[in-house]
Amino acid sequence: MSATPIPLPRVGIDLVRISRIDESLMRFGERFMRRVFHADEIVYAMEAPPALRAQRLAARFAAKEAAMKALRVAHRGVPWREIEVRRSADGDCALVLHGSASQAACDAGFAVASLSLTHEGDYAAAVVLAQPVS
Amino acid sequence: MNQPMPVLDPVAHDTHAEKIRRILKQHARLNTDADVLEPDSDLYQAGMTSHASVNVMLALEGEFDIEFPDQMLKRSMFDSIASIQSAIEELVGR
Repeated sequence: MSATPIPLPRVGIDLVRISRIDESLMRFGERFMRRVFHADEIVYAMEAPPALRAQRLAARFAAKEAAMKALRVAHRGVPWREIEVRRSADGDCALVLHGSASQAACDAGFAVASLSLTHEGDYAAAVVLAQPVS
Repeated sequence: MNQPMPVLDPVAHDTHAEKIRRILKQHARLNTDADVLEPDSDLYQAGMTSHASVNVMLALEGEFDIEFPDQMLKRSMFDSIASIQSAIEELVGR
Protein backbone atom coordinates (compact mmCIF):
# COMPACT_ATOMS: atom_id res chain seq x y z
CA MET A 1 0.00 0.00 0.00
CA SER A 2 1.49 3.35 -1.00
CA ALA A 3 1.65 6.18 1.55
CA THR A 4 -0.26 9.41 0.90
CA PRO A 5 2.25 11.94 -0.43
CA ILE A 6 2.93 14.82 1.95
CA PRO A 7 2.14 18.14 0.20
CA LEU A 8 5.21 20.28 -0.32
CA PRO A 9 5.46 24.03 0.28
CA ARG A 10 4.87 26.20 -2.78
CA VAL A 11 6.61 29.35 -3.92
CA GLY A 12 5.18 32.19 -6.00
CA ILE A 13 7.16 35.04 -7.57
CA ASP A 14 6.21 38.14 -9.54
CA LEU A 15 8.03 41.06 -11.12
CA VAL A 16 6.39 44.41 -11.90
CA ARG A 17 7.65 47.52 -13.70
CA ILE A 18 7.07 50.51 -11.45
CA SER A 19 6.63 52.88 -14.41
CA ARG A 20 3.75 50.72 -15.68
CA ILE A 21 1.98 51.07 -12.31
CA ASP A 22 2.52 54.82 -12.59
CA GLU A 23 0.89 54.73 -16.04
CA SER A 24 -2.13 52.87 -14.61
CA LEU A 25 -2.44 55.50 -11.88
CA MET A 26 -2.37 58.27 -14.48
CA ARG A 27 -4.84 56.52 -16.83
CA PHE A 28 -7.30 55.07 -14.34
CA GLY A 29 -6.52 56.89 -11.07
CA GLU A 30 -8.88 56.14 -8.23
CA ARG A 31 -10.55 53.24 -10.07
CA PHE A 32 -7.22 51.42 -10.43
CA MET A 33 -6.40 51.83 -6.74
CA ARG A 34 -9.88 50.91 -5.52
CA ARG A 35 -10.09 47.70 -7.59
CA VAL A 36 -6.62 46.41 -6.82
CA PHE A 37 -5.51 47.59 -3.38
CA HIS A 38 -6.82 47.21 0.15
CA ALA A 39 -7.86 50.48 1.81
CA ASP A 40 -4.90 50.34 4.23
CA GLU A 41 -2.47 49.77 1.33
CA ILE A 42 -3.83 52.88 -0.38
CA VAL A 43 -3.34 54.89 2.82
CA TYR A 44 0.25 53.62 3.13
CA ALA A 45 1.03 54.45 -0.51
CA MET A 46 -0.52 57.90 -0.35
CA GLU A 47 1.51 58.76 2.78
CA ALA A 48 4.65 58.52 0.64
CA PRO A 49 6.05 61.38 -1.42
CA PRO A 50 4.51 61.27 -4.94
CA ALA A 51 7.68 59.81 -6.45
CA LEU A 52 7.50 56.77 -4.16
CA ARG A 53 3.79 55.99 -4.42
CA ALA A 54 4.02 53.86 -7.55
CA GLN A 55 7.00 52.00 -6.06
CA ARG A 56 5.00 51.02 -2.98
CA LEU A 57 1.99 49.99 -5.06
CA ALA A 58 4.14 48.03 -7.53
CA ALA A 59 5.69 45.97 -4.73
CA ARG A 60 2.22 45.27 -3.37
CA PHE A 61 0.86 44.30 -6.78
CA ALA A 62 3.78 41.87 -7.18
CA ALA A 63 2.98 40.41 -3.75
CA LYS A 64 -0.65 39.80 -4.70
CA GLU A 65 0.32 38.03 -7.91
CA ALA A 66 3.03 36.01 -6.15
CA ALA A 67 0.46 34.94 -3.55
CA MET A 68 -2.02 33.85 -6.24
CA LYS A 69 0.73 31.75 -7.84
CA ALA A 70 1.85 30.19 -4.55
CA LEU A 71 -1.71 29.41 -3.46
CA ARG A 72 -2.83 28.55 -7.03
CA VAL A 73 -6.09 30.44 -6.68
CA ALA A 74 -6.04 32.53 -9.88
CA HIS A 75 -8.84 30.35 -11.29
CA ARG A 76 -11.10 31.18 -8.32
CA GLY A 77 -11.91 34.83 -8.99
CA VAL A 78 -10.08 36.24 -5.96
CA PRO A 79 -10.15 40.06 -5.88
CA TRP A 80 -6.68 41.59 -5.64
CA ARG A 81 -7.73 43.90 -2.81
CA GLU A 82 -8.49 40.89 -0.58
CA ILE A 83 -4.78 40.04 -0.55
CA GLU A 84 -3.25 42.72 1.65
CA VAL A 85 0.38 43.53 2.33
CA ARG A 86 0.47 44.74 5.91
CA ARG A 87 3.55 46.53 7.18
CA SER A 88 4.37 46.38 10.87
CA ALA A 89 5.98 49.18 12.87
CA ASP A 90 9.42 47.57 12.54
CA GLY A 91 9.15 47.59 8.73
CA ASP A 92 8.46 43.88 8.24
CA CYS A 93 5.75 43.08 5.72
CA ALA A 94 3.31 40.17 5.87
CA LEU A 95 0.37 39.04 3.77
CA VAL A 96 -3.12 39.11 5.24
CA LEU A 97 -5.88 37.33 3.33
CA HIS A 98 -9.44 38.59 3.56
CA GLY A 99 -12.83 37.23 2.50
CA SER A 100 -12.78 35.01 -0.57
CA ALA A 101 -8.96 35.05 -0.72
CA SER A 102 -8.83 33.54 2.75
CA GLN A 103 -11.50 31.00 1.80
CA ALA A 104 -9.73 30.06 -1.44
CA ALA A 105 -6.44 29.46 0.41
CA CYS A 106 -8.26 27.39 3.01
CA ASP A 107 -9.96 25.31 0.29
CA ALA A 108 -6.57 24.80 -1.39
CA GLY A 109 -5.17 23.58 1.94
CA PHE A 110 -2.43 26.20 2.06
CA ALA A 111 -1.56 29.22 4.19
CA VAL A 112 0.87 32.03 3.43
CA ALA A 113 4.00 31.48 5.50
CA SER A 114 6.30 34.24 4.34
CA LEU A 115 6.58 37.27 2.05
CA SER A 116 9.64 39.05 0.72
CA LEU A 117 9.53 42.31 -1.24
CA THR A 118 12.25 44.15 -3.09
CA HIS A 119 12.67 46.97 -5.60
CA GLU A 120 15.52 48.30 -7.66
CA GLY A 121 15.38 50.91 -10.40
CA ASP A 122 12.16 50.49 -12.37
CA TYR A 123 11.33 47.04 -10.98
CA ALA A 124 9.60 45.70 -7.89
CA ALA A 125 9.42 42.00 -7.07
CA ALA A 126 7.86 39.74 -4.48
CA VAL A 127 8.29 36.14 -3.37
CA VAL A 128 5.62 34.32 -1.38
CA LEU A 129 6.02 30.99 0.41
CA ALA A 130 2.86 28.98 1.06
CA GLN A 131 2.81 26.06 3.47
CA PRO A 132 0.35 23.19 3.42
CA VAL A 133 -2.05 23.27 6.32
CA SER A 134 -2.48 19.94 8.04
CA MET B 1 -32.56 71.36 -50.15
CA ASN B 2 -30.29 68.47 -49.42
CA GLN B 3 -29.87 67.57 -45.78
CA PRO B 4 -26.26 67.09 -44.73
CA MET B 5 -25.34 63.44 -44.43
CA PRO B 6 -24.99 62.35 -40.77
CA VAL B 7 -21.40 61.73 -39.85
CA LEU B 8 -21.06 58.24 -38.44
CA ASP B 9 -18.44 57.71 -35.78
CA PRO B 10 -16.81 54.44 -36.90
CA VAL B 11 -15.64 53.65 -33.36
CA ALA B 12 -19.17 53.96 -31.96
CA HIS B 13 -20.36 51.33 -34.43
CA ASP B 14 -17.66 48.78 -33.70
CA THR B 15 -18.83 45.31 -32.74
CA HIS B 16 -17.98 44.01 -29.28
CA ALA B 17 -15.09 42.00 -30.72
CA GLU B 18 -13.72 45.05 -32.54
CA LYS B 19 -13.91 47.14 -29.36
CA ILE B 20 -12.12 44.40 -27.41
CA ARG B 21 -9.36 44.21 -30.04
CA ARG B 22 -8.95 48.00 -29.93
CA ILE B 23 -8.62 47.95 -26.13
CA LEU B 24 -6.15 45.07 -26.30
CA LYS B 25 -4.03 47.09 -28.74
CA GLN B 26 -4.06 50.06 -26.36
CA HIS B 27 -3.57 48.31 -23.02
CA ALA B 28 -2.50 44.65 -23.26
CA ARG B 29 1.07 45.17 -24.53
CA LEU B 30 0.84 42.08 -26.71
CA ASN B 31 3.74 40.92 -28.81
CA THR B 32 1.27 40.25 -31.64
CA ASP B 33 -1.10 42.64 -33.40
CA ALA B 34 -4.50 42.15 -31.71
CA ASP B 35 -6.17 42.47 -35.14
CA VAL B 36 -4.63 39.20 -36.34
CA LEU B 37 -5.26 37.13 -33.21
CA GLU B 38 -7.75 34.30 -33.46
CA PRO B 39 -10.75 34.69 -31.10
CA ASP B 40 -9.43 31.81 -28.97
CA SER B 41 -5.72 32.73 -29.06
CA ASP B 42 -4.16 32.73 -25.58
CA LEU B 43 -3.57 36.38 -24.61
CA TYR B 44 -1.10 35.47 -21.85
CA GLN B 45 0.94 33.48 -24.37
CA ALA B 46 0.77 36.57 -26.59
CA GLY B 47 2.56 38.59 -23.91
CA MET B 48 -0.17 40.04 -21.69
CA THR B 49 0.98 40.35 -18.07
CA SER B 50 -1.31 40.16 -15.06
CA HIS B 51 -0.87 43.91 -14.58
CA ALA B 52 -1.78 44.55 -18.22
CA SER B 53 -4.91 42.45 -17.69
CA VAL B 54 -5.97 44.90 -14.95
CA ASN B 55 -5.58 47.79 -17.38
CA VAL B 56 -7.58 45.87 -19.99
CA MET B 57 -10.30 45.20 -17.40
CA LEU B 58 -10.55 48.87 -16.40
CA ALA B 59 -10.59 50.01 -20.04
CA LEU B 60 -13.33 47.47 -20.89
CA GLU B 61 -15.39 48.70 -17.94
CA GLY B 62 -15.11 52.25 -19.25
CA GLU B 63 -15.85 51.29 -22.85
CA PHE B 64 -18.91 49.14 -22.09
CA ASP B 65 -20.08 51.06 -18.98
CA ILE B 66 -19.98 47.93 -16.86
CA GLU B 67 -18.26 46.71 -13.71
CA PHE B 68 -16.98 43.15 -13.61
CA PRO B 69 -18.15 41.53 -10.37
CA ASP B 70 -15.41 39.99 -8.22
CA GLN B 71 -16.44 36.42 -8.98
CA MET B 72 -15.81 37.01 -12.70
CA LEU B 73 -12.25 38.22 -12.17
CA LYS B 74 -10.64 34.88 -12.90
CA ARG B 75 -7.48 34.51 -14.93
CA SER B 76 -9.52 32.49 -17.43
CA MET B 77 -11.81 35.45 -18.15
CA PHE B 78 -8.87 37.22 -19.79
CA ASP B 79 -7.57 34.12 -21.60
CA SER B 80 -8.79 35.13 -25.04
CA ILE B 81 -10.86 37.59 -27.04
CA ALA B 82 -13.67 35.01 -27.03
CA SER B 83 -13.66 34.63 -23.24
CA ILE B 84 -13.64 38.41 -22.73
CA GLN B 85 -16.48 38.81 -25.23
CA SER B 86 -18.50 36.11 -23.50
CA ALA B 87 -18.08 37.85 -20.11
CA ILE B 88 -19.06 41.24 -21.54
CA GLU B 89 -22.11 39.87 -23.31
CA GLU B 90 -23.18 38.23 -20.05
CA LEU B 91 -23.10 41.68 -18.43
CA VAL B 92 -24.51 43.91 -21.16
CA GLY B 93 -26.74 41.46 -23.02
CA ARG B 94 -26.18 40.70 -26.68
